[in-house]
Amino acid sequence: MSLFSHHLHSIHVPHHKDTASFESVEMPVPEKVYISMSQHIGRPCQPLVKKGDHVLVGQLIGDIDAPVSAPIYSSVSGDVTAIETDRSALGGMDTYVVIASDGKQEKAEGLEPPVCETKDDFIKAVRASGVVGLGGASFPTSVKFNPANLNEVDTFIVNGAECEPFITSDHRNMLERTDDIVNGIKLIIRYLGISHMYIAIENNKPDAIAKIREAVSGIPECQVHELKSTYPQGAERVLIHEVTGKTLNAGELPASVGCILSNVTTVMVIGSYFRTGMPMVSRNVTIAGNAVTNPGNYIIPIGTRYCDIIDFAGGYKNQPRKIIAGGPMMGKAQSSDGSVTVKNTGAVLFFDETQSWDIDPTPCINCGRCHRACPFGLMPKEYAKAYKNGDAQRLKDIKVMECMNCGSCSFVCPARKPLAFLNTLAKSMVKEAGL
Amino acid sequence: MIANKNGGLLVTPNPHIKTTMNTQRIMLCVIIALLPALVASTVIFGARALILAAVCIAASVFFEWLYERIMHKPSTIYDLSACVTGLLLAMNLPVTMPYWMAIIGCAVAIIVVKQLFGGLGQNFANPAITARIVLFISFASQMSTWADPSKGRVLLASDAVTGATPLGIFNLNGAEKAQSTFSDLQMFLGTTGGSMGEVCALALLCGGLFLIFMRVISAWTPAAFLGTIAVLSLCAGVDPIWQICAGGAMLGAFFMATDYATTPVTAGGKIVFGIGCGCITMLIRLFGSYPEGVSFSILIMNLLTPLIDQLFEKQLYGNPAKERKKAAKEAEKAAKEGAN
Repeated sequence: MSLFSHHLHSIHVPHHKDTASFESVEMPVPEKVYISMSQHIGRPCQPLVKKGDHVLVGQLIGDIDAPVSAPIYSSVSGDVTAIETDRSALGGMDTYVVIASDGKQEKAEGLEPPVCETKDDFIKAVRASGVVGLGGASFPTSVKFNPANLNEVDTFIVNGAECEPFITSDHRNMLERTDDIVNGIKLIIRYLGISHMYIAIENNKPDAIAKIREAVSGIPECQVHELKSTYPQGAERVLIHEVTGKTLNAGELPASVGCILSNVTTVMVIGSYFRTGMPMVSRNVTIAGNAVTNPGNYIIPIGTRYCDIIDFAGGYKNQPRKIIAGGPMMGKAQSSDGSVTVKNTGAVLFFDETQSWDIDPTPCINCGRCHRACPFGLMPKEYAKAYKNGDAQRLKDIKVMECMNCGSCSFVCPARKPLAFLNTLAKSMVKEAGL
Repeated sequence: MIANKNGGLLVTPNPHIKTTMNTQRIMLCVIIALLPALVASTVIFGARALILAAVCIAASVFFEWLYERIMHKPSTIYDLSACVTGLLLAMNLPVTMPYWMAIIGCAVAIIVVKQLFGGLGQNFANPAITARIVLFISFASQMSTWADPSKGRVLLASDAVTGATPLGIFNLNGAEKAQSTFSDLQMFLGTTGGSMGEVCALALLCGGLFLIFMRVISAWTPAAFLGTIAVLSLCAGVDPIWQICAGGAMLGAFFMATDYATTPVTAGGKIVFGIGCGCITMLIRLFGSYPEGVSFSILIMNLLTPLIDQLFEKQLYGNPAKERKKAAKEAEKAAKEGAN
């Protein structure tokens, strides 16, 4: 934390929000979708359909009776051609339901807007919408909205920071789907008993700030909070600090300081589900990078392969060298363009040779930039050293477990060291040592 | 299902973008920041200053290359860190220093202080400062022979007319005599005797502010260092501006006490480091038998750096009171379980 400032440390990253002015375009359904059964944190869903079944848009195809989970719906109408296991966008193994689209997009029967009386009805409806934390964490929203101490929660922060470079899908949603966002906000205020509702937006999106501010002007609990445009303003602990001034300790839930946070697109999906009854089957995805012919924001059915997206976006302009699911700071590089979109895919970036660097690290010069970049004042260079020495106890003592892998340390490192990655390795070393 | 129409994709951990600032650019910034002082010393002392600096840089780079060649390590001469060390050492020498002695200094700085301890970023003491002290002890008379810039510029060492430095007079004849011999303006512009790079406070200030502007160094260390000198001067009843401009204070505060490898990382640590340097410098200047103490103060504080770092490394973002409460609760629980 800075000595004389109430702001946490943050860094300036190039914004590259080139697609911010591109209106969302609906992508036609691809021939086949591959719907992952593991689109949330928690136990994966069980497929509820089998090979040969005919499914409709919005039909439940995967669910599990676990406390931390969210159901999964078909994004197309057509026939299930296979249930297969393959590598996921995050590197693990997933079960996929493969559906060949018939192109008719027939909606499943009985998709009616839910009727709510109580908070429990609302939580049930949020789960039924299939929504998870769409900012990247994929935590089931119904669980997040129902903490044990909900009666102590009075503050809700809608996270529209979108601090990752390149991504503009939240920005477009704020401009194009304002009504659904406001609807979601009203529902949350009513059923969760919120008295302070903040919509936090970085000041590099003045049009979104103006639009949302106007839209919520009639709601007395609501106010728009302008954030400075630095990274990582959208991280949970950082956002709570910047908006409310409260300090959330590592490992605690936001509810322990009376807050709940949710991504703006998550709120939008809830609002739209209560309007139409259609659960989450597609989402706005930013397609950008030098390798794409037509970058833009596309509304894409969940389970679409990246190569199908590229075909729709005019093909490759340059040879892609790196494909990233998510933003460039926290997104995961993909081994092929056969990966598929999931609920929390806010962006897919196709970098060409000039945007992809692959430089060997040089020795650490002890400059301390990693420490100054870290919002929590962690010591990535010390973690790297302790990890190299295999010293799990020291790693725990100097609190490597508080790292949220935002990537700021790697970004600023003049020696090009993969510090954020080393932190991740160090964390698993501490876990393995059983400390 | 993996289509992979395109082979050869790069799969690396996040983040996938990087700042353009790298080690080489940082070192280049330091070299640029030292150029005003180099130009000033050439103007003040004559062309020999430039030649001595070139000799030191060439020798440092050569020793770096030689050591890494012999030890079969990858060459790091392109990161420019050896250039910085050579240039800084030159700035710390009298203009009349024999070239071969300067080259020995470079060998000490690069091979003994830097490379034997693991190379760039691993050394615990500042190479240029340590080399200066080694030379000072080995060649005491040459290291305390100061050309007098008011008696003409120097091309050959034998041409030099020597004189006393401001801090020499301060040490021998007291504050009043020193302050009346050299005015604050003279001290600031550097038309006095002393090491090549340390005399012109104006040039050093420009370079230091450039480094702070480029975010290569943080302002904490120089502010704490020079601030402490000023405060202690006031306490001792001597002119604070004169003391800040005298000797190696400016050079030390902006360029040596901000060396990454050998100084604390945290802002709090930097302040402690700066205050420590200022205190030791003033103690030596006021009470010691040496006229100047900047290099000793920085070396001593270098040795304390790991301890200072330890003091500040656990100051993280979070609510410590809450954490302590939690820890106490857990301890209580464990005690209860133990009792049962």
